[in-house]
Amino acid sequence: MKPDRTERRHADAGGPPAVDPMGFFDPGPPRFGSITDVNERLAGAGYLADEGMSSVVYLADRLVKPVLVEGPAGTGKTELAKSVARITGSRLVRLQCYEGLDESKALYEWNYSKQLLRIQAEQVLEENRGWEEIEEDIFGEGFLLARPLLEAIRSVEPVVLLVDEVDRVELETEALLLEVLSEYQVSIPELGTIRATSLPMVFLTSNNTRELSEALKRRCLYLHLDYPSIERERAIVLARVPGISHELADQVARIVRSLRSMELKKHPSVSETLDWARTLVLLGVDSIDAEQAGATLNILLKYRSDIERASKELAGTAGPDRS
Amino acid sequence: MLEVLSGFVGELRAAGLPVSLAESIDAADAIRHVPLEDREALKYTLAATLVKSSTHWRAFETAFEVYFSMRGDEFSIEGTAQNLSPLELQELRQSGRGAMSSGGLPAGGAGGEALSAEELAEMIFRAMRSGGDAELTAAARYAVARYAGMEAGRPVGGTYYLYRTLRNLDLERLAERLVEAAREDAPSGRFTTLEARMAAEEAQARIDRLRAEIESEIRRRLVADRGAEALARSLRKPLPEDIEFMHATKEELAALRRTVQPLARKLAVRLARKRRHGRRGPLDFRATMRRSLSTGGVPVYPRYRFPRPAKPELVVIADISGSVAAFARFTLHLVHAISTQFSKVRSFVFVDGIDEVTGFFEGSEDVAEAIANVNTRADVIWVDGHSDYGHALKVFMERWGEEVSSRSSVLILGDARNNYHASEAWVLKELRSRARHLHWLNPEPSAYWDSGDSIVGEYALYCDSVVECRTLRQLERFVADLA
Repeated sequence: MKPDRTERRHADAGGPPAVDPMGFFDPGPPRFGSITDVNERLAGAGYLADEGMSSVVYLADRLVKPVLVEGPAGTGKTELAKSVARITGSRLVRLQCYEGLDESKALYEWNYSKQLLRIQAEQVLEENRGWEEIEEDIFGEGFLLARPLLEAIRSVEPVVLLVDEVDRVELETEALLLEVLSEYQVSIPELGTIRATSLPMVFLTSNNTRELSEALKRRCLYLHLDYPSIERERAIVLARVPGISHELADQVARIVRSLRSMELKKHPSVSETLDWARTLVLLGVDSIDAEQAGATLNILLKYRSDIERASKELAGTAGPDRS
Repeated sequence: MLEVLSGFVGELRAAGLPVSLAESIDAADAIRHVPLEDREALKYTLAATLVKSSTHWRAFETAFEVYFSMRGDEFSIEGTAQNLSPLELQELRQSGRGAMSSGGLPAGGAGGEALSAEELAEMIFRAMRSGGDAELTAAARYAVARYAGMEAGRPVGGTYYLYRTLRNLDLERLAERLVEAAREDAPSGRFTTLEARMAAEEAQARIDRLRAEIESEIRRRLVADRGAEALARSLRKPLPEDIEFMHATKEELAALRRTVQPLARKLAVRLARKRRHGRRGPLDFRATMRRSLSTGGVPVYPRYRFPRPAKPELVVIADISGSVAAFARFTLHLVHAISTQFSKVRSFVFVDGIDEVTGFFEGSEDVAEAIANVNTRADVIWVDGHSDYGHALKVFMERWGEEVSSRSSVLILGDARNNYHASEAWVLKELRSRARHLHWLNPEPSAYWDSGDSIVGEYALYCDSVVECRTLRQLERFVADLA
């Protein structure tokens, strides 16, 4: 027996759980027709995905599993989640992680001051109701402040939940996410368990500053977002920078690839590439030479030693060592 | 399909990837949702469910190629040009002929079954220049059939075949020609040095692709010959964190270098957090009283000061003679990359003489550069440039021994292969009594200790611990415990 979506609308422990005996969730109607469909719709929203990315997004919907996106800064991890929200017409709920994030900021919190006011109002109005009644009242949903995770679970409209930079929270806080990610439910002692009304798509991003726990990784689909291939980078530049010529976009992509092959402290990210391309367009450059590249390198590279090394190499008469 | 999948998962585990049962179930569930004839989609699907770390990607890719390669008679080892499909042959001929008419070569040979060596070279050049995938694949297949000289039934991984094919193709010349072509294509007088660099890189990228294509073609044929399991076994390579320092090849060392920096960053973050959150400091009376105001003056929630444990001071004494140089380099790199976690790091290197190199690290912000300096500028040769632990330790004691205090942890890196010189183990006894800890890291497997001229046992008497440190994984564990 498979419960349909309308039945699952009903939150609390009421309806039958949307889990089959094997522990798989019923994914409901598919959001995407096929992997190519994902790719095309993402491209329509201005996000050029490669096959790996579209496959994972497609699977995330079909398997009802969160996606853990890892990779260097500025390769479009957050943007991927935003774009998926856009093309599926979902609301984006974002949880920005930081060191010291706790339950009351991630899951839910009781609205203490409102509860206190409620009790005081009781005294003023002299209604003389029993404590039990008041308790039931002040621990109702009206006094609950939903934080992003609970908000995503409770939402009736479709939602994309983005847990940004999950590697910044401590290991213990990570465990908080596990219940939400694997069961799509939140347990509140005073209220009981709240189940997802419509299963959200979940994206977690990580900059890899620490190893995430095995438990978390096991529950997720894994996507490593590296710097794009030269063809994709060129396409991204063409799509995102208005008024850029094909030749310039090609040159930009090639110079950036060249920079990424050098031993630098921080390699230029996709967003920095875009900034650079925009600058070049604004400056009216139509073909980059070594001098112009050197003069505008500070947009691509953020360390003095990197800039020095790169401009030396780009201006050098010798090609790369291996040729 | 399930059988292939479970064989594949077994291979991944054998290669060292931690694939759990839940993950392999996920993979089986996931492949129901993708079209199986789409190889790329299948690959990414399996990767998303089975591989959860980017450093494992290479191992995954190799295993995938072996287990899910195209199979069939046309990939057998004896395959020659006759075994190419008619369509491919057509394509080959066309590109070959086109090349010759444009290159001005006589167009006679293209009609025959096989192409001559020059024609093949020309064809590959054209395929590379246009950059089309289908042409490149066809060219690679043809090159392998012609040059690799594969023999059925040999238990090999294919490196030799690859070498033979590439030698015949003369890739350097090919790269030059590609750059040359780019120069001709450029509008006159605008081929700057910057563009030359770009062109050279483009050529290199295409050659890398051709090489990868040839490699996978050879693998496909080997799979057809030997079966997936056997081939996977001979292709299995250690993950970067499991590569042994002492026997690493050039490519493996490069992989290690790429791994060590992110590793150091992670380690630093972890240690800093441990330091801040691991323990409670003493009671903070003021804060506790303040907080008690909200509970009517009853100190329900005690507050504690942030702990500020003293950071240890580290003294690293490393043998940088040939046999253990790689190990010393990685350890120095790691230790200095997380030097903020120690109050002070001092480094000494020796072969038979000893020299302090702390200055190299303090002066530059780039650890890799500093290590290169250590190798070229440190004064470590006393007599003949063979390791002499005894002399090096004695000199260390005379010149710097006074500076080792009860706050220092001393690390000695080396295999203790002393070339039968005097051990001077009393120095360690002395050091031990001064320092807080004395550890010895040995990059040799513990089974080899005290064999031949290794005298690590003699030194071990005075060390707090002697740790086997063959791989990055072991090194990381040790450093994490130390700080």
